[in-house]
Amino acid sequence: MDMTSTGSIWPAVPEILLLVSVCGILVIDLFLPPRWRHLTHGLSLLALAATAASVLKVGQGLDAPIMAFSEMFVLDRLAVVLKVAVILVSGVMLIYARDYLRSRQIDQGEFYLLTLFSTLGMMVLISAAHFITVYLGLELMSLSLYALVAFNRERMLSAEAAMKYFVLGAIASGMLLYGMSILYGVTGTLNLDELAIRIVDQPVGSLPLLLGMTFVAAGVAFKLGAVPFHNWMPDVYQGASAPVALLVASASKLAAFAMAIRLLAEGLEGMTEDWRQLLMAMAVLSLAIGSVVAIAQTNVRRLLAYSAIANIGFVLLGVLAANPVGYASALFYILIYALMAIGAFGVLILMSRAGYEAETMDDLKGLNNRSPWLAAVLALFMFSMAGVPPTAGFYAKLLVLDAVMEQGFGLIAVIAVIFAVISAFYYLKVVWQLYFEAPIESASLVTSPDVRWMLIVNGGLVLVFGVIPEPLIRACLLAF
Amino acid sequence: MFADLPLLSLLIWTPILGGLLVLWAGNEKVALARGLALAVSLGTFVGSLGLWTGFAVGSAELQFVERALWIPSLGADYALGVDGLSMPLIVLTTFMTVFTVFAAKESVTSRPAGYLGAFLIMEGFMIGVFAAIDALLFYVFWEAILIPMFLIIGIWGGPRRIYATVKFFLFTFLGSVLMLVAFIYLYQKGGGFDVQTLQALPLGATEQTLIFLAFLAAFAVKVPMWPVHTWLPDAHVEAPTGGSVILAAITLKMGAYGFLRYALPIAPDAAAEMAGFMAMLSLIAIVYVGLVAMVQEDMKKLIAYSSIAHMGFVTLGFFLPYWGETTAGIDAPGLAMGLTGAAVQMISHGFISGAMFLCVGVLYDRMHTRRIAAYGGVTARMPIFAAFFVLFAMANSGLPGTSGFVGEFLVILASFQANPWIAFLAALTLILGASYSLWLVKRVAFGPVTNPEVEQLSDLSPREFLMLGVLAVMVIGLGVWPQPLLAVIEPSVQQLLLQILPGKL
Repeated sequence: MDMTSTGSIWPAVPEILLLVSVCGILVIDLFLPPRWRHLTHGLSLLALAATAASVLKVGQGLDAPIMAFSEMFVLDRLAVVLKVAVILVSGVMLIYARDYLRSRQIDQGEFYLLTLFSTLGMMVLISAAHFITVYLGLELMSLSLYALVAFNRERMLSAEAAMKYFVLGAIASGMLLYGMSILYGVTGTLNLDELAIRIVDQPVGSLPLLLGMTFVAAGVAFKLGAVPFHNWMPDVYQGASAPVALLVASASKLAAFAMAIRLLAEGLEGMTEDWRQLLMAMAVLSLAIGSVVAIAQTNVRRLLAYSAIANIGFVLLGVLAANPVGYASALFYILIYALMAIGAFGVLILMSRAGYEAETMDDLKGLNNRSPWLAAVLALFMFSMAGVPPTAGFYAKLLVLDAVMEQGFGLIAVIAVIFAVISAFYYLKVVWQLYFEAPIESASLVTSPDVRWMLIVNGGLVLVFGVIPEPLIRACLLAF
Repeated sequence: MFADLPLLSLLIWTPILGGLLVLWAGNEKVALARGLALAVSLGTFVGSLGLWTGFAVGSAELQFVERALWIPSLGADYALGVDGLSMPLIVLTTFMTVFTVFAAKESVTSRPAGYLGAFLIMEGFMIGVFAAIDALLFYVFWEAILIPMFLIIGIWGGPRRIYATVKFFLFTFLGSVLMLVAFIYLYQKGGGFDVQTLQALPLGATEQTLIFLAFLAAFAVKVPMWPVHTWLPDAHVEAPTGGSVILAAITLKMGAYGFLRYALPIAPDAAAEMAGFMAMLSLIAIVYVGLVAMVQEDMKKLIAYSSIAHMGFVTLGFFLPYWGETTAGIDAPGLAMGLTGAAVQMISHGFISGAMFLCVGVLYDRMHTRRIAAYGGVTARMPIFAAFFVLFAMANSGLPGTSGFVGEFLVILASFQANPWIAFLAALTLILGASYSLWLVKRVAFGPVTNPEVEQLSDLSPREFLMLGVLAVMVIGLGVWPQPLLAVIEPSVQQLLLQILPGKL
């Protein structure tokens, strides 16, 4: 295809493709009887696969960023990496969730459509180069996720979680918008590149700018789930159906990371010294609360929520290094984190069956006796989250620590590793339920082979990146 | 003909892949899993003999060097190599692993494939620790060991196994992550993780102190030195026999090896600065922990404490050259004695502690108790076993003619040169060691039979006889003729002295 003639929309082809497919699936699903639902499932996966392929196609040989739609939309290497990751996560979620949804009678067309729409929102957010695009992507993602969290109407917890998520999310969006409007008022532009240029001309320590930056950072922190904007996470992780929790835990974090980079690192580049302090406080608090509070959890989903908070603390550390190496380390971290989170939730999804959610520590007891391979992959994810080599989680922590120490924050690095040791305790607690305790439940676990292989590949990747991390590190370094 | 083989890589990866294969064989095909595990461990041991025979004695250079790009973005290589300090430890590792696999036949009946697989995988990691000459690679292997060890103690351990294994994991993990921070700092300073580059890095006094403390956190926990030793008795008591053997014989040596390869050469001035402090900690371990060992009522706990006391000798030996240097001068002959003695002690303690734990395992398999009071008069029913038990207890107390004597004697000689008081305190261990070891023997093996169950004991099976016999040969052989080992160790010790005594400042 000739790049120059289609230059203006070429970078957005994957989004357009996905949107068209979603609309197509929407219409097709209307005419499908319920017993043909697997067709919707298959078509959704197909749409995601096609979108992923098109992302790779438009991203092929990409050197400099390409802009589109009057510089509102950007396609750069970062966007390619994150979009592929987000699409993969959504696809893997749909694969893991197939039997789960069917056994709960919630495999309705809307579930797939909402998943695809939220994926689309994430992709738009990842490619945002303008406040309007940021907001558009963010809301498309969030609104779809709110609905997904509430999807299981039968479950009280779901409704409660959705309510909390929605109300708090709306407040966060409001804060973000408020911050954007202040920044617009001061600089007169909504375009992020332009904003970066104009901020340099502003007086140092300008109060309106600081105010705007703070609100924007708060909005970003909410979506990432950093302390003190983390309260929604445990409830949502617990209340949402397991597949949706997976999506919130991994894909939405990837998109939120992109938002952090686009807004803070690119748009507000001139205020690095200011937002760095905010991020540092939030990072240390996230590490502390995520590591300590998780110890008291008996519900695995809530435990994973707090573990996510602690991990986000590490991601923020990488971001606050505020140089390409730091951003790359944060990107590597969040990618590996997403890989581990989908795996951990995948195991929980597979362990659940009709009318029964596997979510407490007791449910995990003696899993090794019931299904050794399921126990092995979950243990692998736990060791990886704890940062024990030879798993990918180790290099994630290593790179972030390296980036932070390079900036002279040696003490922060020491604090971070000490919290890493504290958090290791609850990861071990999960592992000991799997291996050292006798099972309470003796029903054998039935899983279909394709899902099992997916999960083994998922766990295998954690190990492969743990032995040969170089390709992924290189990809992350090239993204910045 | 074998010169071109990447021997070290083979030694690392054969047991890891073999271990995975054993896991794959599963608990249903027990015979297959056991046979496979034995074949893999024996094969690895035979391979490591190639390391011993191919080693150029008299050279302090790194040998069998392999180097390949691993993580260029971080300047980390897949780099392996051995010198006189690490090569004997690798052979010790492969040797002792054969014993654990062999010993598992009778003592481990639940999920044997998992047990054997975990041990083989751990063997590969341990060899990796000793063979790595890239700090990041070293760290990866070092930490990776935690996973199989955590599972081994937790799944096959005694009643309080969960407490013990979590404590073990968290203690060592905390030490290690601080070491990781030190490594990252050094990497940023030197641009890579190559050990020799790091050792040659110029560092200021404060930097060295902080780095040394970080290393100390990691290595002191692993050795373990007093006062961070408390995890070891717990872990030993709860671990299955094989776990205790590997813990005592190999993993403790990893901490000591870390001092030799990283802490001393990278931060020599800080080490000199803290030599007095370190010697004090070592002496406390020798004397105080020796006393603690005496009052133990659990056989494994007693041996665990005695291990700590013996490792105190090792760490004491590491820091004696600094004292000798100040009192006798930098060119004084015999400065190397402390370090050489410590290095010999590491190997010797591997055999002796391994043998002691196997002996306890033999008794435990029959009586299912480790309480000393439950025994007494075992000699009457198990004369052959008693003979071995007495021999190893003698070796444990450092009797001349056994390997235990060589290392301790060298360290005590070196401490005379440093300071007679240290020598006095260190020599106390000969008395203490004799007291707790022989008293243990007395209460277990001799005296009247009080427990009717002892009457039912049967003597060693041929397999147990073979294991203890081979170890006895090693212990006596090394005691009578330590020269081959000394010849391997000494050049590397001399080179180490040249590195650490002049300092970096």
